[in-house]
Amino acid sequence: MSQDVNAIEQGFPLFNKPEYQDTFARKRVFEEAHSPEKIEQVFQWTTTEEYKELNFKRQMLGVNPNKVCQPVGAVLCALGFHKTLPYVHGSQGCVAYFRTYFNRHFREPIATVSDSMTEDAAVFGGQKNIFEGLENAKKMYEPEMMAISTTCMAEVIGDDLNSFVNNAKKEGRVPVDFPTPFANTPSFVGSHTTGWDNMLEGILRYFTLNHMEGKTPGSNGKLNLVLGFDGYLGNLRVIKRMLKEMDVEYTFLSDPEEVLDTPADGEFRMYAGGTTQDEIKDAPNAIDTLLLQPWHLIKTKKFVQETWNQPAASIQIPMGLAWTDEFLMKVSELTGKPIPASLEKERGRLIDMMADSHQWLHGKKYSVFGDPDSVTGMCQVLMELGAEPLHVLCQNGSKKWLKDITKLLKSSPYGQEAEVYTGKDLWHLRSLVFSKKPDFLIGNSYGKFIQRDTLHKGKEHEVPLVRIGFPLFDRHHLHRDTTLGYEGMMYILKTLVNAVMERMDQDTMVMGDTDYAFDLVR
Amino acid sequence: MIRQCAIYGKGGIGKSTTTQNLVAGLAAEGKKVMIVGCDPKADSTRLILHAKAQNTIMQMAADAGTVEDLELDEVLKVGYGGVRCVESGGPEPGVGCAGRGVITAINFLEEEGAYDEELDFVFYDVLGDVVCGGFAMPIRENKAQEIYIVVSGEMMAMYAANNIAKGICKYATSGKVRLAGLICNSRKTDKEAELIQALAEKMGTQMIHFVPRDNVVQRAEIRRMTVIEYDPTAKQADEYRELARKIVENKHMVIPKPLTMDELEELLMEFGILDEEDEAIVGKTAEAEAALAAA
Repeated sequence: MSQDVNAIEQGFPLFNKPEYQDTFARKRVFEEAHSPEKIEQVFQWTTTEEYKELNFKRQMLGVNPNKVCQPVGAVLCALGFHKTLPYVHGSQGCVAYFRTYFNRHFREPIATVSDSMTEDAAVFGGQKNIFEGLENAKKMYEPEMMAISTTCMAEVIGDDLNSFVNNAKKEGRVPVDFPTPFANTPSFVGSHTTGWDNMLEGILRYFTLNHMEGKTPGSNGKLNLVLGFDGYLGNLRVIKRMLKEMDVEYTFLSDPEEVLDTPADGEFRMYAGGTTQDEIKDAPNAIDTLLLQPWHLIKTKKFVQETWNQPAASIQIPMGLAWTDEFLMKVSELTGKPIPASLEKERGRLIDMMADSHQWLHGKKYSVFGDPDSVTGMCQVLMELGAEPLHVLCQNGSKKWLKDITKLLKSSPYGQEAEVYTGKDLWHLRSLVFSKKPDFLIGNSYGKFIQRDTLHKGKEHEVPLVRIGFPLFDRHHLHRDTTLGYEGMMYILKTLVNAVMERMDQDTMVMGDTDYAFDLVR
Repeated sequence: MIRQCAIYGKGGIGKSTTTQNLVAGLAAEGKKVMIVGCDPKADSTRLILHAKAQNTIMQMAADAGTVEDLELDEVLKVGYGGVRCVESGGPEPGVGCAGRGVITAINFLEEEGAYDEELDFVFYDVLGDVVCGGFAMPIRENKAQEIYIVVSGEMMAMYAANNIAKGICKYATSGKVRLAGLICNSRKTDKEAELIQALAEKMGTQMIHFVPRDNVVQRAEIRRMTVIEYDPTAKQADEYRELARKIVENKHMVIPKPLTMDELEELLMEFGILDEEDEAIVGKTAEAEAALAAA
């Protein structure tokens, strides 16, 4: 069983060798595992209509949830500010999870600290942790801002974040003028998207709420943009590019493009890029603040409207052709800048692509899961391509969202068959695709287990996963791609149509059987 | 076999005083007893230790950095009659989580082997109101199986006793926790003994003892002593010894039958503590009543 250092074999296929297989077999005996026949019988049962009905009656158990907790979002939001250290008031295990969550997706180190609340902090409250945490983190990592969020533990015992932070400043742990915006982000309320929204609102509040004198919407001639929780760096880049082509000055409120993509040139950068404090302070002077994922930027929207007195113009997520058009026209309307020929040309190229590929995508059925905004955008894209959303599952979608997307789906001939689910997890989705098979599944890496299970029932039941979403742990560099704008639609179209081709090749490469359709040209 | 008992009851009813006095009675009989104070106020052991307030597990843990750095002999003190004393401690009012403190402290005691086989009794003296899961820690699996509720003839004390009985039912139906009796700590209200006797019967339990009111208890307390230690010849010392003896012999363990609000009010009315409710006056302001009277 020992390995040769010069030719180390990976677990797969190494574990297929007899000595490992024997060990596995003995382990099964030792663990008194059920017989393979019994396991197969239960597996088959879990693919039935009877099981689906029971599964949908499930109340007290979540299986493979399709959301994570608030502080995950708060950390991502905080990373988008210049020289800002996300600081989580709570237990360190939570924060270790947040860091790994992001570095498995972005493949970058994620500088985030916790103040390591332990048993005595749970009993006596976490003020001491805030005192020492803020002081140490500032000394060690020299941030210019610490954006504070919380884990469940601090929230359950009711730690008063604001007064703890103020007390820390009174005690001289950090200077009084050191920026420490904060947000309460209890993990048991909402999801990662709620946390992102809460943190941004906390930061905007900290820098502008009591500094509104002399601020007038429109006075700096810029636009503010808020992306919200998103795993695609390309999305920041494409919006910036389009605005540059339109000659529009802008500020992204939270811009982690640089810090999540630092080059390997021998220098470690804990901080890179990001929205500066001056930009935040100047943000109320912008013409307007456009919320690119409006379904989850609820608190931010309220703050922008009520405190900054900006309209926060209502737009859809700029995914697909029509909604990118709308976005650009809204930008043009707000700034008075025309849409340049370069973008018109890009749009024309997209339409050309749609025409080139439509025959492969028309009528194809898709099950989609993810967050409310990206799922809405994906449905819109699919219907623009003549593809049909079959199941739309969004665990953190609200009732209002459910109504809205149902209306959207009903408005198109391609959305008539779609079923929308909120509050349901990926184990529910598994039942749905067994019961009514889509051609493809669109979502994050966790969807791969549904693909495995459907394949196990038989090749004809297999639902291949198209990886568009967050997180993407099992493929490299997809986070660099783009889902917004014309460019984003091109990427999605390319990904979807090639998944169809890939599948077609798989189905037709049986020599002498199906290879009459194993075509060179598709 | 260690008998573990938890003492509950309305705040201010005299749980700590009663517990320490009865424990002194047990100790005087040669029983080996440990008191675990489960109240952030940490006043469950002062009469046994002649101390103002014992160093608590949670305070020591916070000072040491973590609970792991704490040793049993730093927190376990031995007082009158060899009674072992620990206090869980907890935060000041308004911060942190006192319930978690109780959980942490009891887990610590278990891990450090505080429950050694030599013990005959462990008494948990728990904060008046069981406000969260932490304060039910003493009656979770493998801990106290006997619960005594300290009560008096006052209405609110009986309400509290009945509520605690409801809480016990939750644990009793899945485990071995049982209500072992009501201890009436007299406030000299009318027909007090009969009332508590009746309440106990309705709840399916017993009034294990009626502890009369006696100023010697206060005189002893000023000296940070139990009555049994301060003046073993006092009549009140006999009462506590009697209570201790009854607890030693007690076999009457039940899953309580808490009263409904109506039943409880009926009982109170029967004993003249509560007047018959006049539905006609509910929700009427003084002004409306005056107008009605004038008409």
